[in-house]
Amino acid sequence: MRFAFTDEQLLFRDAVRDLLAKECTPTRLRALWEATSGGGTVPAEPMAWSALASMGVIGLTTPERVGGLGLGLLDLVLLLEETGRVALPGAIVETTAVAAPLLAAVAGSTATKDADALDGWLAGIASGEITMTASLDGSGLFPWSSAAEGFLVADGARLLVVPRAHAARTPQSSVDASRDLATISLDGTGVIVLAEGDDAATLIASCFDRGALGAAAQLLGLADEMLRLTVDYVKQRQQFGVPIGSFQAIKHHVADALLALEFARPVVYHAAYALDAGSSDATRDVAMAKCYASDAAATVARTALQCHGAIGYTIEYDLHMWMKRAWALSAAWGDSSFHRARVADAILGAPPVA
Amino acid sequence: MDLNYTADEDAFRAECRAWLRANVPADPLPSGDTADGFARHLDWEHRLFADRWSVVSWPEEYGGRGASLWQWLIFEEEYYRAGAPQRVTQNGIFLLAPTIFEFGTQAQKDHYLPRMAAAEDLWCQGWSEPNAGSDLAGITSKAVRDEAAGGWRLTGQKTWTTRGAFCTHLFGLFRTDPAAARHQGMTYFLVPLDTEGVTVRGVDRLDGDEGFAEVFFEDAFVPDANTLGAVDGGWGVAMATTSSERGLTLRSPGRFMAAADRLIDLYQRRSSVRPPSRAARDAVTQAWMDSQAYQHYTLRDVTDVVEGRSPGARSSLNKLWWSEMDVRIHETALSLLGPLGELIDDAPDAVDAGVWMKGFQFSLSGPIYAGTNEIQRNIVAERVLGLPRK
Repeated sequence: MRFAFTDEQLLFRDAVRDLLAKECTPTRLRALWEATSGGGTVPAEPMAWSALASMGVIGLTTPERVGGLGLGLLDLVLLLEETGRVALPGAIVETTAVAAPLLAAVAGSTATKDADALDGWLAGIASGEITMTASLDGSGLFPWSSAAEGFLVADGARLLVVPRAHAARTPQSSVDASRDLATISLDGTGVIVLAEGDDAATLIASCFDRGALGAAAQLLGLADEMLRLTVDYVKQRQQFGVPIGSFQAIKHHVADALLALEFARPVVYHAAYALDAGSSDATRDVAMAKCYASDAAATVARTALQCHGAIGYTIEYDLHMWMKRAWALSAAWGDSSFHRARVADAILGAPPVA
Repeated sequence: MDLNYTADEDAFRAECRAWLRANVPADPLPSGDTADGFARHLDWEHRLFADRWSVVSWPEEYGGRGASLWQWLIFEEEYYRAGAPQRVTQNGIFLLAPTIFEFGTQAQKDHYLPRMAAAEDLWCQGWSEPNAGSDLAGITSKAVRDEAAGGWRLTGQKTWTTRGAFCTHLFGLFRTDPAAARHQGMTYFLVPLDTEGVTVRGVDRLDGDEGFAEVFFEDAFVPDANTLGAVDGGWGVAMATTSSERGLTLRSPGRFMAAADRLIDLYQRRSSVRPPSRAARDAVTQAWMDSQAYQHYTLRDVTDVVEGRSPGARSSLNKLWWSEMDVRIHETALSLLGPLGELIDDAPDAVDAGVWMKGFQFSLSGPIYAGTNEIQRNIVAERVLGLPRK
């Protein structure tokens, strides 16, 4: 029994943290916000993407034969937490957690006729040239859509990749201006059918689990950064001649925020372990992870805003970019209510029919 | 990360389970916080000791099995899963014993530990006083030096002493240097309750059991051998004990996972009587998840301890979690019971003999004892997050 990451995993995490601190700064994120809020275009390459690809982060789950690292979700989850910490604007959950393991599984199965084409997509993911996006929560909303080469779509009983040339985007403004959301309409041609029928349902379910896990990991990072900002602020902000962090009302707010975050963290790590291990309870464990991470991020965001007071209620101050991403990701890939109901079905059986 | 137990640990679990299955009383014992119930629980403690299950994590020379922290967790999981009786000896075993292991002389270890393991000496805790609760450093009970007799004379009052009316010994803090600063000049004493000048008066708790006591000291003499750790250094010794209380040693995940499983069982039984609401489903699910989260958190904590990383002030997070989870588990159960929830004891229509109301009342003490949750939140904010004390 050992509930801890390896030294190697932690060193990799630290290196990614250092890189993102340089490549994905609040100043750059703010500039992206200003560009997209004013109707400007989204850069062709997402922030920090090639640097992350060079380190192997983007291709972490891609097989080694096509240039990836061939690692698992337990390795990835710590790194996704770091991408949340800096509110990375890009489809790393959709590309690295969801699409790459899916494409690798389909390419590796004997049923497919498209193995070479899929290997091409995988090689492009690992090299950082291709990003993928996905919408599997029923909303039809694709995040980080401008730069995506492929759209992963659950279309009835089929699981498809739609290349960008065949997907007409309709941008959808998000409260998080960096989200680059869109719905798409298909022109009916050029789609790659990854699976149909029961096979598709199985693959869609596992994609959804990985997406929910990835969003949960990013929510941990977002919450951690919002809490750090808040703790720093209440230590230096003076009222009545003392730092407001010396007041019990503030102390109890931040203690509750830390409590929610610190108990969500091992739940998310455990879910990653369960998915990697192929546990029969993995879907339930992921549902629990997304439920906890969504609730913790919401609690921390609310605490952060309240403890900052009016400065937090402006867009001059950075907090809002983290808070709005947390709102978006709490709801994406199933919100806490949705996932709690999934856990309920697993441990209590189906709900009684009304 | 490797979340599998070894073959040896699995074998240990099987041994625990088999012994518990053969030995746990079929019918629940009466409350250990009443005179009759306490005596029945002592019989159980003697049975545990006879087969060396009373203090599994202690070294064999003191009556234990030298179990690892992992084995201790396994034992606790099996213990609560089996529905075994509450441990009326827990304040000694879980709070005093770690302190004796850390600060005691060899003679103190040899004398006190085996008697504690055998439930011959029964220990209660003497921290709070009428005017010193959360502000523990505000205690005024004092110990005055008696050089001629080679010891100390204790005067003052301790209160909220759990099971004080049934125990044989008390451990607690007394002021030995009245001129010292607030957190200094205190000494940790080990006091037999039959000492002349000591009077114990039971106090009925919220649930009606005589689970509390007040203990009065009037010039009660204890010899030098009964101080634990340095004279005037009692605060540091006491803090070692309170971190045991807030952390792992008092509340293992097995206890709450078992409670959540029993809550699910209650939910299923009530569902056949009346269709459960979505809110009830959510609350039961949240309670189960909270107990699982506590398990994951604890596995991580134990890994840290095993590998030499101390959780330190983070143990206050642990206490906040289990104490508030325990209240929610019982609130949820009472909501499932609806109007039947108020039935207790021998009421003919009481569900599960009223254990949920009993447990609810006990759970309400969790956010108060071992340092109120307000104090814990201060500790988390100040010592984990670094907020200013003033």
